[in-house]
Formats: sequence, C-alpha cells, structure tokens
Amino acid sequence: MEGKGGEEMISFDFEYYKPASVKEAVDIFEVLSSQSKKPIFYNGGTEIITSARRNLLFTKAVIDIKDISECIVHEFKNSELYIGAAVTISQIEEKSLFPLLRDGSNSIADQTVRNKITLGGNICGKITYREAVLSLLLCDSEMVIAGKNGLTKHPISEVFDKTLKLANGEFLAQIIINKDYAKLPYVSIRKTKEAKSAYPLVRVLALKKENEIRAAITGVCGFPFRSIELESELNNKSISPEARVERAIKKLPAPAVNDTLGSDDYRLFVLKNSLMDVLTILEGDSHDNISRSGSARVKHKR
Amino acid sequence: MITYPEVVQLELNINDESRKVTIRTSDTLLHVIREQLGLTGIKVGCENGDCGTCTVLIDGLPIKACIMLAVEAVGHKITTIEGLKDVPIQKAFQEKMGFQCGFCTPGFIMNCHALTKLHPKASDEMIERWLQSNICRCTGYEEIKEAVKSVSAEK
Repeated sequence: MEGKGGEEMISFDFEYYKPASVKEAVDIFEVLSSQSKKPIFYNGGTEIITSARRNLLFTKAVIDIKDISECIVHEFKNSELYIGAAVTISQIEEKSLFPLLRDGSNSIADQTVRNKITLGGNICGKITYREAVLSLLLCDSEMVIAGKNGLTKHPISEVFDKTLKLANGEFLAQIIINKDYAKLPYVSIRKTKEAKSAYPLVRVLALKKENEIRAAITGVCGFPFRSIELESELNNKSISPEARVERAIKKLPAPAVNDTLGSDDYRLFVLKNSLMDVLTILEGDSHDNISRSGSARVKHKR
Repeated sequence: MITYPEVVQLELNINDESRKVTIRTSDTLLHVIREQLGLTGIKVGCENGDCGTCTVLIDGLPIKACIMLAVEAVGHKITTIEGLKDVPIQKAFQEKMGFQCGFCTPGFIMNCHALTKLHPKASDEMIERWLQSNICRCTGYEEIKEAVKSVSAEK
C-alpha cells in the first residue's frame, strides 16, 4: 500500500492497547489471543514497524508497554540497578548509571534511533546483533519477566540462550544488575566494516572479575553469546596469550557468519585481534576502562 | 488502559497547534504529518530508520518519524521543520553552506537544532556521533558540522 507521497505504509490494520500495569498487559494479551488477533508486545517499536511495512510480521493488535511503571524504572535500589525494558538506549547513555551497560549499548544504530530503541526491545528483537544484552550476560543480571504469575526473576543464564526465552503471553519487564559489577574493569571493542554506526563485524565486551576474564560477543556468530568454554581457554595462563586466543576461538558456539559484511575468515581474524586486545588491556597495568570503536580509542576514567 | 481501534480520531500537538486527525492506528507519524496534516517539510526517504530525512522533535528529542506510530505521539509535543522560525541553526546552515540539493536539509536541521539546544557545548566527538543519524548524498557533512560548531561557539 502506498501513500500519496509515495511512501510505503503498513499494509494491514491493527488495534493499539497501552496498559498501565503488568496485570492489564498480561490480561489483554490473553483476551486478544483468544480472539486470534496474534497480539504482540510493543516497546520502542522500531523493528516491529519496519518489519510490518515489509510484511515480515503480521498482527491485529499491539500492546504498548511504555506506560507500565516497572518498565520505565531506571534507578539504584540498595545495591542493585533496576532498569525497565522500556528505557531507551539514549536514556541509558544520558543517565550513565552503569558505565559497562552504557558503553555496551551506546553504539547501537544511531543517535536518533537510540532515542526510540529500548533496552528490552533490543534484547527481544529479531536482529542478530542485540548488543545491549552483552553487558547483562557479563554481569549475571536478573531478567524480570512479566506473565500470568506477575513478575518473576530469572538469572540471565537460565533464560537467555541465543534469544530470550519467553513463553507466549510473557514479556521482559525489567533487568536487575548488582551494583558491584560497576566497579570492575572492562573493555568494549566494536569493529565495523565502514561507518561507525553500521552493524558490527565483531563486538566484544569483556570484564575482569576475581582475576578471571569474562567475554560476551556478537557479530561473529548469528547471535550474541557468552561462552564459559571460550572463557576457560582465554583464562588458561599456562600458555601464551596467542595460544589462549587461538584455543578460545575454537570454542565458538557456532560457525562464524559469512556474508556481504565480512567473510567468516575475516571475522575470525578481527575477533582474534580483538581478544588479544582484551587480554592486553585487562591483564595489563592500566585500570582505566577502555572503549574502542573502529580504529578510534577512547579512555573512560572514573 | 488506553485503547484505540484500527481507525481512530485523535488530537496531535504539532508545532504548538492542536490538530485533529483521523488515522489508522498502524499509520506512522511520517505518513500522518505529510498526508493528514499537509506538512511536507518532512521527507520520505528510506522508511527504515536509516537516512534521517524524516526527523522531527518529540518533546525536544530528535526522532525518525518513519519508525514511530502516530498514536505514540499523542500527549507529546511534535515539532517539524515548519515549527522552527529563524532559529540559529537555520541561519548557520545558510552561512556555512550546509546544504546542496536540500532534500536531507529539514531532517539535518531538526537533529542539529536539538543537538545545539540540548548540548550547547557539544564536543567534536558528540557532534560527529549525532550527525551519523542523517545521510546527505551530496556529502555536505563538513559544512553541516561547521554550522553546528558555529552555533555552539555563539553560546
């Protein structure tokens, strides 16, 4: 369907619901499902709109969760940071309560899109990169999922495997991160083929906890991941750093992506260099957290 | 709970005017601004959130109108290029030749206007990050950057 101006409109109609509570959202989802309206939870909506316009997605009802107080919380409570799923990536950067989360997500898309993309939307989207989840994987975050039983907390390791595992009628409401992780040294590396705001060839976020390096990666395989096996090789200090990285790369959970953005061999080459950087920085003397984007290098001192 | 049927009549606050529109709930803000409200300063580009030529301000924040449903804008203040009246960044674009063919200009101006209002002393790095939101196929980026910097220098 085209508008008079030549733009392509979403070719189907849907109803719009904006509940004010978790219970309202879950209840209306159930009602709309029973009416075969294939409802979907709507957050920032950027992926839903672009997919709907290309007929890659169909629904007769969207449920916008941006009015639910639990979904827009963004504050420390005692020793934990609570971030609602509807908090935008720009708000995370502006408020900057948790530098690792900020640096792990502030290169997603571009500035004006980040004013619309939400943390929950990025984590639950269909796009392969989902960079915002990397810091959450490193910090043993808790995912607060809304469903028929209200809000339930789950360790991210139990509910995230390539994607966030949500049952029909459930949605991600908020994320909880222990404040202690904000004190740990970390490295953020993002390598793109061309523009800095392009999708990453390789995206590595790593931190050091109790003298062990943790690494979460996206761009290389078709999904974001943190691999204990890969980290085990990375932390094997009985061999040289080069050998550690070589062995770590053999523990990737899936073959490297081979597409027009970069061949599988090139991605592995870039990953190898990035992991060498991780070892050099996190096992070096500097305690500054470092964020690398493309060839640029910026130090963040606290 | 707010509930809208597939087609709904509602009010949008745009350029400090309250305007009634009858729209499909699935209409993007881009479509409604151009086709319902007749404000054609906002341009149709990629419709995929990439090019920035449809940038408007929502409560002062630049947003690409192609990736926002019009119903999401209810209760918020929408500003389009028609709502700017001789703001400093418009003059700076003229003085620094921040445009060539002009197609991307409204989107760039909305983004740059927001940047200079929200971050009057933006660093070069921040300016570059913000300008990555818009594409100029005439590649006038340096002049646009100069325009932003000239406004920042005045403050």
